[in-house]
Amino acid sequence: MINIIGSGLAGLSAAITLAKKGTASNLVSVQEAQRAQSVMAEGGINAALNVMGEDDNFMNHYEDTMKGGAYLADPNSVYGLCKNAPDIVNWLIELGVPFEMKNGKMIQRNFGGQKKKRTAYVKSSTGKMLMSALIDEARKYESKGLITRYPHHKVADLVVEDNTCKGAILKDEYSGEVITLHGPVILACGGLTGLFRCRTTGSSDNTGQLVSNLFVKGLKMGNLEMIQYHPTTIDIGDKKLLVSEAARGEGGRLMTYRNNEPYYFMEELYPEEKNLTTRDVATRAIYKIMNDKECSGDVYLDMTGIKEEIINERLSDMREELLDYFNIDLCKEPFKVKPGIHYFMGGVYVDEKHQSSIANLYAAGECACQYHGANRLGGNSLLGAIYGGKTAAENIEDVEVKITKEILKDCDECSPLFNEKIATILSEGLGIIRNEEGILKALDKCESLEKEELNKAEQNKLTFAKAMLKSALNRKESRGGHYRDDYPETDESYRKTSVAGYDQDITINFADIPERRPQ
Amino acid sequence: MRIEILRRKKGEKDSYLQVFEYEKTTDDETVLSVLNNLNLREELKDINGEKAEKIVFKSSCGQKKCGSCAMLINGRPGLACASRISQYSDTIRLEPLKKFPVIEDLVVDRSIMEENLKQMKVFFEDKAIISEKRNQVSYEASRCLQCGCCLEVCPNFSVDNNFTGMAGAMPMSRIINELDKKQLKEISKAYNKFVYNGCGKSLSCVDICPAKIKIEDMLVNSNAIAVWKRYLKD
Ligand SMILES: Cc1cc2nc3c(=O)[nH]c(=O)nc-3n(C[C@H](O)[C@H](O)[C@H](O)COP(=O)(O)OP(=O)(O)OC[C@H]3O[C@@H](n4cnc5c(N)ncnc54)[C@H](O)[C@@H]3O)c2cc1C
Ligand code: SF4
Ligand code: SF4
Ligand code: FES
Repeated sequence: MINIIGSGLAGLSAAITLAKKGTASNLVSVQEAQRAQSVMAEGGINAALNVMGEDDNFMNHYEDTMKGGAYLADPNSVYGLCKNAPDIVNWLIELGVPFEMKNGKMIQRNFGGQKKKRTAYVKSSTGKMLMSALIDEARKYESKGLITRYPHHKVADLVVEDNTCKGAILKDEYSGEVITLHGPVILACGGLTGLFRCRTTGSSDNTGQLVSNLFVKGLKMGNLEMIQYHPTTIDIGDKKLLVSEAARGEGGRLMTYRNNEPYYFMEELYPEEKNLTTRDVATRAIYKIMNDKECSGDVYLDMTGIKEEIINERLSDMREELLDYFNIDLCKEPFKVKPGIHYFMGGVYVDEKHQSSIANLYAAGECACQYHGANRLGGNSLLGAIYGGKTAAENIEDVEVKITKEILKDCDECSPLFNEKIATILSEGLGIIRNEEGILKALDKCESLEKEELNKAEQNKLTFAKAMLKSALNRKESRGGHYRDDYPETDESYRKTSVAGYDQDITINFADIPERRPQ
Repeated sequence: MRIEILRRKKGEKDSYLQVFEYEKTTDDETVLSVLNNLNLREELKDINGEKAEKIVFKSSCGQKKCGSCAMLINGRPGLACASRISQYSDTIRLEPLKKFPVIEDLVVDRSIMEENLKQMKVFFEDKAIISEKRNQVSYEASRCLQCGCCLEVCPNFSVDNNFTGMAGAMPMSRIINELDKKQLKEISKAYNKFVYNGCGKSLSCVDICPAKIKIEDMLVNSNAIAVWKRYLKD
């Protein structure tokens, strides 16, 4: 029996893959799969299907992904990802995902950092469509007894003995009962959203707690400093609402006012890619424009030049969302946007097979550090979650385990106020532009917070937050999502994965990226 | 503002009303952010200055995409993250959905929805068939959040009978729409038994659906195929 933690795309993909080969799994998540962050994904999923008459192939996809990630990703993993992408999208078609079609043919859209139209989509609701299809598929295997769901169960910790994972400790959030599931584990628990309370586009269920607890147990983490700020978000209540890159993929333009005149700065600064650079580049450009005294201080997304029929066909859901929340009609007026935290390229340090530094423990999806290097391309994480879940499931061995020690039933949680404090500190240290002074200040604040009365969960999260800051401190260069104004250049000697470990204290090392194998 | 919350401790049978004073931060604040902000207080106290436990509720996406935060807001089922507080007068009353067993505070057990889908075998035995023509219905049907708001207002739904309401009918509509002929018979039987025969067609569910799914269009399509046997051909 394999235990899968998380029922987003990565978890579902793993469970279905295991079931197809006859291996049973437990699928554990804090809430039902319909509530996982994956349902929020908007713009699409990448695969070189070559349906747009642009002579695309998977090697183009490979090259764009490697370059977009500033050559920090494992080339062999990325090769596998891109090569398998068309098969994955074809599988999704077999599951009934209603991808956009025209004249009987599938169509794909432009996305940032990609030279070809390669992003398959369903309006601006791609994640929800994929999830509905995968949830139905998982239900089939559940009815055959190959998947057992634990849909309101929070995993508090894993059982790790002699650097081997032997099971998961979960709490039934309805009954309060604590259960231990025995067997190897695939972590698919999503990104580190919870470390930046209310400052991200993601799901509040992805608290980052489990990964923090495991870090302190010795689980190694990769590239924790690599955080993606999405160029276009809007504040609502207490979160950031994403305006999908599809807005620019379909012709939206970034704009500010200079001397009271509209100024489409991306088109001047990046005459080739224009509004569709990679996200790290667009975000820094916006940041600079917002701080430029000659400009108005605000940045707008102008979609008024896109034909209304295109909007209605491809982005009607986005139009409705903006109307609903802000009373903005994107067809009629440019609207204010700003960068916001959107994705975590870093996470559990895994190899090409998704094996972590602990035996019997695999990780896939956004919780893992894989495929995206220093900056993720839009449309690559849905792909990475499905392919990663599948790869982990294909490689994990269903071994018998024996738990020897008494299991600690430790189910602490961080208080919201503590989470707010951590988020404030991290936002200061790990902003769009970083430097030693800022990071050290943030680390100092962590030291002060450490002196307060903290429960175990809070201590673990604080340690993890420090590891994030130290990863950023030690990477003395700028690359992808990590920009340091005290080291503004990319330094070839840092073309390595930062690996954070914990053994009484935090350690940061830089590990070589594997050489690309001849294929 | 006055925030009234119908609360219940885990494992207990009785609910109690607790009232909080709340200073709104912005005009476009949502009910969800009110709940988050109350829990953020160093010490949560009710309107009488009595110490209160943190409020327990569910949320995930914060933007109407996951159905977690469905509750009764001034008596009407809706999503906390979709409800701007500016649309209410000075008092907002929050209660758990009433059609489902209460776990604690605003959290209810909606497992029945998944059980129903399993019972109806909402999945493809074989490959789905998609086409430009079928896509629109599939898109619409796939949007169902499994929030349960439609069930809350449905006169015919209860956790004890076998009528699934629209929370069952919507995912089912996707399957029916993309089905190949082989599976049609079995699925049609299930649709008739668990959806068509139980529905009084009063359509109270239509206006309440926070995803604004075109429920009627979905039913017309599913009825045509599964009840009137007009199998779709492309
Ligand atoms: C608004 C938005 C739009 C996006 N758009 C796109 C896009 O267009 N294209 C693209 O490629 N990517 C997009 N992304 C990114 C993409 O959606 C995610 O990276 C991806 O869905 C992650 O999938 P996952 O399976 O790893 O995790 P998630 O879907 O986040 O699932 C995590 C799961 O883990 C569970 N969990 C967490 N902690 C615990 C615990 N302690 N115990 C038990 N369960 C736990 C959760 O309940 C959940 O089921 C977008 C993201 C956002 C926020
Ligand atoms: S039409 Fe009426 S009976 Fe049928 S599901 Fe809707 S509310 Fe229930
Ligand atoms: S049909 Fe609408 S109201 Fe009913 S569960 Fe689905 S999204 Fe919610
Ligand atoms: S939190 Fe997802 S719908 Fe409200």
